[in-house]
Amino acid sequence: MAKGVFVIAEQRDGALRKVSFELASAARKLADQSGDEVCAILLGSGIEGLATELAKFGVDKIFVGDNAALEPYVTEAHAQVTAKILKDNDAAIALFGASVQGKDLSARVAAKLAGGLATDCTDVKIDGGKLICTRPMYAGKCFGEVAFNTTPAMASLRPNVFAAVENAKAGAVTKVDVAVDAPKSKVLEVQKDTSGKVDLTEANIIVSGGRGMKGPDEYKILEELADVLKGTVGASRAAVDAGWRPQKDQVGQTGKVVSPNLYIACGISGAIQHLAGMSSSKCIVAINKDAEAPIFTKADFGVVDDLFKVIPELTSACKKLMA
Amino acid sequence: MNIIACVKQVPDTEAQIKVKADGSGIEDGQIKWVMNPYDEYGVEEALKLKEKNGGDVTIISLGPARAMETIRTALAMGADKGVHISDPALDNADAFVTASALAAAIKGLPHDIIFCGQRAIDDDSGQVGAMLAEALGLPQLTLVTKLDFAGSSVKVIRPIEGAQLSIETSLPCVVTAQKGLNEPRYASLPGIMKAKKKPVDVKNAAALGIATDVKAKVAKVIPPPARAAGKIICGDDAAQKAAELARCLREEAKVI
Repeated sequence: MAKGVFVIAEQRDGALRKVSFELASAARKLADQSGDEVCAILLGSGIEGLATELAKFGVDKIFVGDNAALEPYVTEAHAQVTAKILKDNDAAIALFGASVQGKDLSARVAAKLAGGLATDCTDVKIDGGKLICTRPMYAGKCFGEVAFNTTPAMASLRPNVFAAVENAKAGAVTKVDVAVDAPKSKVLEVQKDTSGKVDLTEANIIVSGGRGMKGPDEYKILEELADVLKGTVGASRAAVDAGWRPQKDQVGQTGKVVSPNLYIACGISGAIQHLAGMSSSKCIVAINKDAEAPIFTKADFGVVDDLFKVIPELTSACKKLMA
Repeated sequence: MNIIACVKQVPDTEAQIKVKADGSGIEDGQIKWVMNPYDEYGVEEALKLKEKNGGDVTIISLGPARAMETIRTALAMGADKGVHISDPALDNADAFVTASALAAAIKGLPHDIIFCGQRAIDDDSGQVGAMLAEALGLPQLTLVTKLDFAGSSVKVIRPIEGAQLSIETSLPCVVTAQKGLNEPRYASLPGIMKAKKKPVDVKNAAALGIATDVKAKVAKVIPPPARAAGKIICGDDAAQKAAELARCLREEAKVI
């Protein structure tokens, strides 16, 4: 019988990404419910040392594939090795991060194993011995409960939703001898964003601006607030389409779907496609001079006033509180 | 060059989505149906490649009878021909079955490059492109925002968290389009007229020789959790409201 809740850890440049710990903790909960063990798959080059860190978050066994061909991440190579480990060990469940890499990898692995995959899940549970995943559809306008007809049952978990909880386990390492076919794709260059900002999908706090910002230069006041709160600046589709902000900043159904602890919507009226992308945020603040704006229907806290007056005041108030 | 663009018909982004009382799906009576926005970028890129390098663009869509409108829209934009995979047995197809059906249709056609949207904005799965690539044994380039074609290979840019990757791969390959790749054109009136006469092949699951049993099943659709009514922050001026908001975020919501 298939067993083992597998976690496909994600590392970049020799450091585990936060989502890996979130996956391990979510897997631990599932395994404790079903009396199973948590296994992790860790791939890359010169990464064996990372196993100790993973074990701290509740991992019993770690399959380490250490091979120059697995660094940097290339879909074909990682998918080949990941699918082989899952298959050879008859895995019951496999959890990936719903990060860019995790989504790219999980779908390829699921196809290799002819298995079912639920993307971007916000909840996972064992029901009647089987995995059931809850995931947003239509960017969160509704949710689907997904069941699986195949093993392993596979899911990618949305970053920032599952808590990373320390719970040290043995983390016994099994080295996997990996033969990797030469991939057809090759990474030529990695151009790092030097701003040091956390990506919207992983940010704890997002300060977002819409059409009410009036122009690109006015985002400076949002950047200042985000700096104080250690958050990231986002934008509505209107602001991106106007060319005020880059596409990667867009929150909404045709942009990024986010779930930070705090989402501050400034000068955003709340088009349905924007609301869909941010309504799973834990706390929502709306600042808008139009009291009738639909954004207020989703807000935990609303301020009806001129954002150009409120934001600078909010920045200094937060600075004082957080000093 | 032989280019394929896969498209899906989805509810417009402004559509209100209402869940059926029995949780079996969504109420689809009042919905305005459009081409998935990410697929539009794929179609546009296919047309640009054809205009520059010559060749042929084939549109493939899996969907009920109404999906033919979306195929016609792509033909009106300038694509040459279409394949409509239509079969009631595929109404609840998951990503795996969808990818199998698309792959079966594509195997019979010459193909150098295949475009899909990075995800469809209805089920938000984002799996079909990668699964299609695997089914065809081709490399995949997902979330592409820039594409340069160089004869037997392509070089693309794909954004990841906090960085951009430049990746090269050999043809044929599957590319999934992300916003930023291009500005999709509108269909012109002559284009719409011409599209009516362009050939569209209709195929069912039996003709494609594929199994229709799903691997993952949406057992139940539920509305999003309701949010408690919010609090409007009062104050004499912006400074007072800002101070009160900061206090609420710190003491009540405990998020800063």
